[in-house]
Amino acid sequence: MAAALDMAQDAPPGGVTAAPLALDCRDVTVRFMSERRAVTALEGVSLSLESGSFLTLLGPSGCGKSTLLRVVADIVQPSAGSVSVLGRTPAQARQNRDIGFVFQDASLLPWRNAIDNVRLPLEVGGRRELPAGAMRPQDLLDLVGLSGWEKALPHELSGGMRQRVAIARALLGGPRLLLMDEPFGALDEITRDRLNEELLRIWAETGTTIIFVTHSIYEAAFLGQKVLMLAARPGRVRELVAVSLPEPRRLAVRESPEFVALAARLRALLETC
Amino acid sequence: MSLQATMPATSAAATADAMDAAWLAAQQRLRWRRRIMPLFGGAALLFVWWALVAVFQVRPFIAPSPEVVAITFYQKFGMLMQNLWPTAIEAVCGFLLGNFAAITLATVFVHRKAVDEAFFPIAVLINSIPVVAKAPILVLLMGNGLSPKIAIAGIIVFFPTLVNMVRGLEAVNPQAMELMHVLSATKWEVFMKLRLQTSLPFLFSALKIAASTAVVGAIVGEWIGSQEGIGALIIQATYNFDSALLYATVLCGSFFSILFFLTIRLIERFVVRWQPEGAP
Ligand SMILES: Nc1ncnc2c1ncn2[C@@H]1O[C@H](COP(=O)(O)OP(=O)(O)OP(=O)(O)O)[C@@H](O)[C@H]1O
Ligand SMILES: [Mg+2]
Repeated sequence: MAAALDMAQDAPPGGVTAAPLALDCRDVTVRFMSERRAVTALEGVSLSLESGSFLTLLGPSGCGKSTLLRVVADIVQPSAGSVSVLGRTPAQARQNRDIGFVFQDASLLPWRNAIDNVRLPLEVGGRRELPAGAMRPQDLLDLVGLSGWEKALPHELSGGMRQRVAIARALLGGPRLLLMDEPFGALDEITRDRLNEELLRIWAETGTTIIFVTHSIYEAAFLGQKVLMLAARPGRVRELVAVSLPEPRRLAVRESPEFVALAARLRALLETC
Repeated sequence: MSLQATMPATSAAATADAMDAAWLAAQQRLRWRRRIMPLFGGAALLFVWWALVAVFQVRPFIAPSPEVVAITFYQKFGMLMQNLWPTAIEAVCGFLLGNFAAITLATVFVHRKAVDEAFFPIAVLINSIPVVAKAPILVLLMGNGLSPKIAIAGIIVFFPTLVNMVRGLEAVNPQAMELMHVLSATKWEVFMKLRLQTSLPFLFSALKIAASTAVVGAIVGEWIGSQEGIGALIIQATYNFDSALLYATVLCGSFFSILFFLTIRLIERFVVRWQPEGAP
């Protein structure tokens, strides 16, 4: 992580060509039309994110967190505003495999074993070769702690293990922006805590930028360098809260007075959304 | 589960091994029971049949007793096989053609909504015509050979497979579709890597039904006009009041049906190895 952060700050003296922002949203508005009604899922959302940082998205249900991730991943087109991912359009970034996406349910293909699921990105979208030196599917399974489970089918894995496979798959090819939509939402507390810590380790090892959607105040505060709070109806930015907890973080940090104060502040904010 | 997820136990305690063995043995017993019980059921029915014929002294041309049917089956085995042969060819060819057409059309439907909208109602319409009405039309069109029977068997299996296959191809997990989009997969790749496998459990449930209906289609086709085949033999035996032969012929046809069904199920076991999620 440190290396990646340095890269972002290592702009040449005189700083004309700084590394492009991992994400730059300007006045993004998304409206969904259906036969019965029109929903404004996002309204005037502006946000910029430095390379190598970790942002968590927090907000009440229906405030447009998933929609924002989908816009960044080029799954949903914004009705207005502009989005730039690593200096390109979302579509270019997607085609360039700059984006990894982890869904709420692991969405593994049930007929493929763990390693073949991780390998899927190499088989579609123009059969890409892994760049030299990139982590291979086996390395990624090792990274997420699943050595020895390569041949297991998804239904033979626990929910937490499936989610790890999904993370390994999203990391294949070394995406520079990892989007995670409530990836641990369906897991029990203990597993979630472990995966949280592990995710921070993976983030440090890979130096990728992460945007992480969650419903949990503690998860948002523990993981994020910044927490973006969205308000609902219409979805808009409520506040961008900087987290000044020491890094690297261990679970014990959650007992510190700073963390407790931060969580209380986020909770108070969330109640006004 | 530790951080490094635990490996499948390699050095399990002996007690765990013993429990595993006991569990496996219990499973094995259950499996055998499931295989043997139908034999008892069948034997009981045979006995009831035999007893009814004996007690009420049913005349042989109305209903034969089981042992007479068995003897006929044995004595006329050569003739039965000779007639099963064309029926089997018709059923299998019809099965292959009808399902192939249905799978192809389903693929087109899923990718071209306009074609779906144009032709699905027509498929429903044709399907609503009873087979016994379609059969003579096809015999008139195609003559007296194997082809009209193949056509009837094909048409009869076509519709259920079409409906199931369309459902199966569309039953993809929406998040998996989004994943494919994020990976910039082409339509072809989405079809090959996602839709096809998703549809397999749906397809096989249609194919298992099709295995028996294809035989029915071939037999109905033979009723309309044929010198040979299980259908022709059924008509002949009925007109000759040869009820023993009639029963033996029907048995012969259903044995083939069952064999066909079991073959498809075997293929399904081999092809669909993962736990189906929302399988029909
Ligand atoms: N494809 C769609 N069509 C119509 N409306 C949609 C669509 N996707 C999202 N919406 C609407 O947009 C709003 C925001 O949805 P979104 O899924 O982004 O919320 P969210 O913050 O992720 O909620 P949750 O925390 O429950 O996941 C909701 O009101 C939802 O009904
Ligand atoms: Mg959501």
